[in-house]
Amino acid sequence: MAFHVNREGDVTVLDVDGQLIVGNRQELKKAVLDELEKGERKFLVDFTNTGYIDSSGLGVLVSLSKKIREQDGELRLASLNEDLRTLFELTKLDTLFRIADSREEALEGF
Amino acid sequence: MERELVFELPNDLGCIEEAVEFVVGRCSTCQEVARKLRLNFRVSLVEALSNAMIYGNGRDPHKRVRLEVTMEMGRVVARVTDQGRGFDPDCVPDPTTPRNLTKEGGRGLFLMRQLMDDVRFNEQGNSVTLTLHLSDGEALRGKASA
Repeated sequence: MAFHVNREGDVTVLDVDGQLIVGNRQELKKAVLDELEKGERKFLVDFTNTGYIDSSGLGVLVSLSKKIREQDGELRLASLNEDLRTLFELTKLDTLFRIADSREEALEGF
Repeated sequence: MERELVFELPNDLGCIEEAVEFVVGRCSTCQEVARKLRLNFRVSLVEALSNAMIYGNGRDPHKRVRLEVTMEMGRVVARVTDQGRGFDPDCVPDPTTPRNLTKEGGRGLFLMRQLMDDVRFNEQGNSVTLTLHLSDGEALRGKASA
């Protein structure tokens, strides 16, 4: 897994390439928490190039969302493929996150 | 024709992705079952291996995890065994309740049960056998959405 951190206005965008699973989830967590520490409050994780996520990856997103909300920020998700959407629906996490079909849609009104 | 793969994996979370990709790559497949292998089997295997390494073996680097995969006509069966004392799988709470939805952990066994056709533990609770049927035309999205 590799990820890239970009800026779209005042939104921090993280592109996740590959798998977000138990062996690498801490890298994403650290990257987001570092940005949160610097004062960033709006975060978007773009899954356009993500293969699959396991429960640890889902758990990291839940944990980050909670920490960001505690700082009056927001974490949005975008561009989930069919497999990822299925995992979010099975675990009901689709009710916890704002999930957009595309990066552009997620950035609208952020 | 039946094929069997057997691995003794080190208790290292970093080796899970490679092991799972190797196994999935060895499963003979056609288009109609590709998604079941890619989503249901792959994610469940990651969950079983990570549970074995983290909870079963307690992250002990000196312990190992045994992975046995059998590919038969129409189904794939994976058995993951750790060297821990085992646990009671019936005591794991439902992670989709409002109380548990915002917790970071607790979704691994739930996902296995949703994505596989059968999830069975031995009496000790340190070995889980996952079975996925590949040719029965069932919905691919897991039992919950079927």
